[in-house]
Amino acid sequence: MPGLGASFGRGAATTFQQDLANSDCILIMGSNMAEAHPVGFRWPMKAKAKGATLVHIDPRFSRTSALCDIYIGIRAGSDIAFLGGLINHVLTHDKWFKEFVLAYTNAATIVDEGFRDAEDLGGLFSGFHPESGTYNANEGKWAYEGEGEDGQTKAAHGKEGTHGYGLEGGGRAEDRPHRDPTLWHPHCVMQILRRHFARYTPEVVARVCGCAPDDVGRIADLLCANSGRERTSAIVYAVGWTQHTTGVQMIRAAGILQLLLGNVGRPGGGIMAMRGHSSIQGSTDVSTLYDLLPGYLPQPTPDEGHDTLESYVKKEGIPTGYWANFSKFVVSLLKAWYGDAAAAENDYRFGWVPRVDGDYSHLPTMDRMARGEMTGYFLFGQNPAGGGMNAGLQRAGLRKLDWLVVADWFETESAVFWKDDPNGPPAAEVGTEVFFIPAATSPEKDGTLTNTQRLLQWHNKAMDPPDDCRSDTWFVYHLGKRLKDLYAGSTDPKDQPLLNLTWDYEHGAGHRLPDGTVSCIRDEPDVELVLQEINGYRVGEIDPRTGRPRLLKGFSELKADGSTACGCWIYSGVFPEPDRNRANERKLSDNPVQPEWGFAWPHNRRMLYNRASADPEGRPWSDRKKYIWWDAEKARWDGPDEPDFEPTKPPGYRPPDGAKGMAAIAGDQPFIMKPDGLGWLFAPKGAKDGPLPTHYEPVESPVGNLLYPRQPTSPTVRTFEGPLNRIAHTPTAEFPVVATTFRLTEHYLSGPMSRFNSWLNELQPEMFVEMSPELAAERAITHGDWVTVRSARTAIECRAMVTRRVPSLLVDGRVVHQIGLPFHWAFAGEVVGGNANDLTALVAEVNVSMHEGKAFACQVERGRHDGRQPSPTKHPVAWPTRDPIPNTPAAAQPEGGFTHDE
Amino acid sequence: MTSREAQVVSTPQSADPPRPRGRLAEVVARLTYPFRRGAAPAKQPATGFYTDTTVCIGCKACEVACKQWNQLPADGFNWSGNSYDNTGELSASSLRHVKFIEQFADVLPPPPSPNGRMSLDVLPAEPPPANRWLMMSDVCKHCAAAPCQQACPTGAILYNEFANVYIQRDICNGCAYCVAACPFGVITRSHFDGHTHKCTLCYDRQKDGLVPACAKACPTASIQFGPVEELRERARQRVEELHSRAVPGAYLYGDSPTETYTELNSFYLLVDRPATYGLPEAPFNPWIHMTGDYVRAVLSGLGAMGGLLAVFLVMGQ
Amino acid sequence: MFSLPVATKPQPFSPQTAEKASRLRGATVTEGVCPYCAVGCGQLIYTKGGQLIDIEGDPRSPISEGTLCPKGANTFQLSTNPHRVRNVLYRAPYADKWETKPLNWALDQIARRVKAARDAGLVTRNADGRLLNSVKTIGTLGGATLDIEENYLIKKLFTGGLGVLSVENQARI
Repeated sequence: MPGLGASFGRGAATTFQQDLANSDCILIMGSNMAEAHPVGFRWPMKAKAKGATLVHIDPRFSRTSALCDIYIGIRAGSDIAFLGGLINHVLTHDKWFKEFVLAYTNAATIVDEGFRDAEDLGGLFSGFHPESGTYNANEGKWAYEGEGEDGQTKAAHGKEGTHGYGLEGGGRAEDRPHRDPTLWHPHCVMQILRRHFARYTPEVVARVCGCAPDDVGRIADLLCANSGRERTSAIVYAVGWTQHTTGVQMIRAAGILQLLLGNVGRPGGGIMAMRGHSSIQGSTDVSTLYDLLPGYLPQPTPDEGHDTLESYVKKEGIPTGYWANFSKFVVSLLKAWYGDAAAAENDYRFGWVPRVDGDYSHLPTMDRMARGEMTGYFLFGQNPAGGGMNAGLQRAGLRKLDWLVVADWFETESAVFWKDDPNGPPAAEVGTEVFFIPAATSPEKDGTLTNTQRLLQWHNKAMDPPDDCRSDTWFVYHLGKRLKDLYAGSTDPKDQPLLNLTWDYEHGAGHRLPDGTVSCIRDEPDVELVLQEINGYRVGEIDPRTGRPRLLKGFSELKADGSTACGCWIYSGVFPEPDRNRANERKLSDNPVQPEWGFAWPHNRRMLYNRASADPEGRPWSDRKKYIWWDAEKARWDGPDEPDFEPTKPPGYRPPDGAKGMAAIAGDQPFIMKPDGLGWLFAPKGAKDGPLPTHYEPVESPVGNLLYPRQPTSPTVRTFEGPLNRIAHTPTAEFPVVATTFRLTEHYLSGPMSRFNSWLNELQPEMFVEMSPELAAERAITHGDWVTVRSARTAIECRAMVTRRVPSLLVDGRVVHQIGLPFHWAFAGEVVGGNANDLTALVAEVNVSMHEGKAFACQVERGRHDGRQPSPTKHPVAWPTRDPIPNTPAAAQPEGGFTHDE
Repeated sequence: MTSREAQVVSTPQSADPPRPRGRLAEVVARLTYPFRRGAAPAKQPATGFYTDTTVCIGCKACEVACKQWNQLPADGFNWSGNSYDNTGELSASSLRHVKFIEQFADVLPPPPSPNGRMSLDVLPAEPPPANRWLMMSDVCKHCAAAPCQQACPTGAILYNEFANVYIQRDICNGCAYCVAACPFGVITRSHFDGHTHKCTLCYDRQKDGLVPACAKACPTASIQFGPVEELRERARQRVEELHSRAVPGAYLYGDSPTETYTELNSFYLLVDRPATYGLPEAPFNPWIHMTGDYVRAVLSGLGAMGGLLAVFLVMGQ
Repeated sequence: MFSLPVATKPQPFSPQTAEKASRLRGATVTEGVCPYCAVGCGQLIYTKGGQLIDIEGDPRSPISEGTLCPKGANTFQLSTNPHRVRNVLYRAPYADKWETKPLNWALDQIARRVKAARDAGLVTRNADGRLLNSVKTIGTLGGATLDIEENYLIKKLFTGGLGVLSVENQARI
């Protein structure tokens, strides 16, 4: 998650939801928190009750806006312009938090004088290769002065997407970079920042965003008034920022703003990234991502530097900061995977790890699939046929597969695309073989979910799943065992990784359900054993209590000599003792941070970079915002949270020359994952589309780039153009309406977990499009009419919700209409309808291959679409069950069963 | 430190009374059941709901939590176009209902085409405030003197020990007098079982010391449950606070009796006229007409009898 | 001031009303986490006789404090849903309907498909002779709604064991 990683060092929310209650001002932007995360919104509401001001900036007036004190409507996709305006205001009015910025950010660091900013090159940074559409940060001299070339794979240009996450903005300063604390040096970061954001004046911002010029100053003043020693402001974002081709840079802009205002690592401050899925943070950490090994280790490439483990560590590791322990993480992972087969003499089988030679992320994979390059595919609780960008292309891809395995609860679009897609070919023409594996629901299995604030919470199995339903753990485990059987005896080197993969998670004793009965699934793997492997253990050192290897207490115990194994180093410490699963600990105390409820990575730190909550000398910035401080008597950092710092390193510590690892981080440098220990206003590494955020229009926009006219869209964006994926390039006249997609509280994603559920379906039964009365009048549309929404890909029909909540805006002197499309409907389920995801394009942001569902171009017409329309694949079922509750008298039966009349 | 939710499971569940043996005994039991009485529990402090609409996020968690706890059926899938409200009204199977009222000042001149006007719930306040979207979770008002309870001819509707209005589904005969009596349109008769149903204030949960499902689920504490005296005090403080924060027009609906109605044990903090939320501006109890009705009935009876007597007397002459 | 003395009259409690109680008495309670979004609300799952009878918020959770959103409150319906598929469904190529199949059969068939595709698709070295050890013709998608242990096993088996490159999920940024 490079947006946050490049600024602070880790790609995760810097704070936790409960801490939002301590904010004095909360800017919600790129997030519809009240609707998408209603319970999380509880905490901003608590802040509001205490007097905080809530601000919502969004293309739509949503249920979030309704509860905020201030709402500002901006054009979808213009967020960097607005944030740039805020940054410019803070800089030009000298409202930044001077002590914080000077001490804790790289504002004073001198950048290589060969660097050229977007200001100098008409919207491009130095180092751009137009033929490949990529930057070479080395050639562009994005580095600090005197730092020289960076060897990391992602710093060089080349294959897009590879190592998008990589090491979060690591660098390799051998010496301490040059700094000018007066900030007058023309190449110091502060001066570059000032020049870069100078053109984001209130007037220009208003022209780009469609807001009033006053809005920028109003919000900036509010944030400034609520920042500093005594007060803090927080920023909340979600996919309203990430789902853009400039998403990483939107988050970077927020990072810059928060660093300038001194709102990082402090109570009530920070950037709260609201994730959409129960374990989306966890699936990134443990990494079911093509270019990452668990714990944000870059998956190797065919690059020369990755030939051996040693060269790989040399190339990707960083000598200073916490990443200096890189080799321990990699070796321990290889030991966890390949067990005894991994040894020093065979490079711990580093050669067995597959090499990434291109972009194999979801969207490019579907593109390859649609071109017939894939044989088989597994879907674990994901629904690309309904929820994927340009879902029509994704369905075309699934139709080209030889076989497909779908593990899910319901017959989702991806399970029935061969028979129920109204615009697909007849089933007799679809050759895909489909296996549907019925899955267990979360109360039917043990496991851990990592929530949006990096908190690991274990959920306990309450009952057995029905019939042949099984957990995905069961399925993957037994599939692995069968594959091992099929390959058994092979001496082919290519089969050795599988044959040597450690794969033993059997339950020692028969597993019992909470009510004491024995589970009827006899071969369910023991999920705690998997979590113990993720936590890590000492190889060959047996714990007499269990007869299994002794567990690690945390990542500080990891070794690079093969004596430790660890499946995901950042999670180490979650299972420190055989009977202590910290993810399943639910202890409450007087400590408001509640450190014994679950386990937060890293090392149970709830707020990241919290060393910054104290001033350089280690004293709280103010009594009101006290959090972590240096206790001189105890000679350690103290406070309600785990310090995100070496606990006994005094504030006055200064690294000796040539110091390596954590010894190179001074006692007043809170950003320990960064090689210089500082928050990065200017990011020499970490983002492939530039060291500073720059406003570019979405790939599809009716408006050109008013800030950098020569560069309408992000220069590094990738489009997968073809007959199934046509693009209406910016500026488009054919599709003059800006569309943005959104989530309703009542539904979930493309509907697999909601559109089969009558209690949710009755709340939002039908697809609609929100539009302003002005747009409706222009197209002679009446509220409630059927309308057709058309993009360059396809057209869908839905009902018109004519409302003032989606403002038409005055952009650069002309009215630009916007529409809001909920993305919850498709063709399978109790309720079906037009699919907003069919309209969106397959385009990819360069760092993370993210699409642009939040801003694309379309046209709106009155009347129904002439294509075939879906009809429900399931009959509505009013009651999920009317079975009487067992062992319960009539007087205690539910009131509404309507079956127990006397 | 365990929650009430975790403790309640250790209370043993009582068993159903033994079933009558033999067909005749069963018939007798069925016939006599409505006349049997259980022991009325000891009175408890009155409980109720305080719904602060200024913090409602319109998420409808209350609706679903209610359906889940009470195992109620979905009402059908009909897009209303009325903002985000698709369940429309309280019913026998929707005991909670969230209303949405969009109030937006027309910032741009009205569009030229008459078709462009929206037909949402936009009942404007006077003067119309700029840009707000009001949300309110509606429920049975649990009136201190409930017309439904007075209208019920079978004794199916009673005040339980928490002073909540409760319909006993085993006594209700489905006559629907209560439906007509309710001035808030809360009660309807179910087409599934022919009985009337409304919010029970989770009587079964309260019996075990648990908060009603809707109030428990509410993410922003818009729905608050508790002893009604405490709630009224809290609500009055909240109104003062809102006034001091420049939220004019915040007031309580139903916290105290009016000329025509008693106080409500489920009352609301509103910021616009009651009618904007679909609530009667001045609810009245049908009972207040009854004194006059009885007098008129007696007088007209006497008059009729007098008339007849006069006729007989005249005829007899 | 309007009042009526109705509520003070003795109330006719039926035998059943007098016995009113919650169905949670005597149930088994298990601590869980909501499977929908990433807020991470605590849930209490109540079962009786192995049957799910209620899911509600865990009041002890410092994140959610007992509350749930409509989706979280609907979690009960996910498990008890009559539309849920309870057996393996199989669709042969070009067939127009599902067939119900045994779980064991499906697992066996899928393992064979994977082996065949891997054996045909595995590339040991690229055109320049550099090490690849990767399979590009098989892929997996999904994980952001799964447990981290499930994710870990998917990554370990498919990447570490089989050499599959496209191991992906919803998470992007």
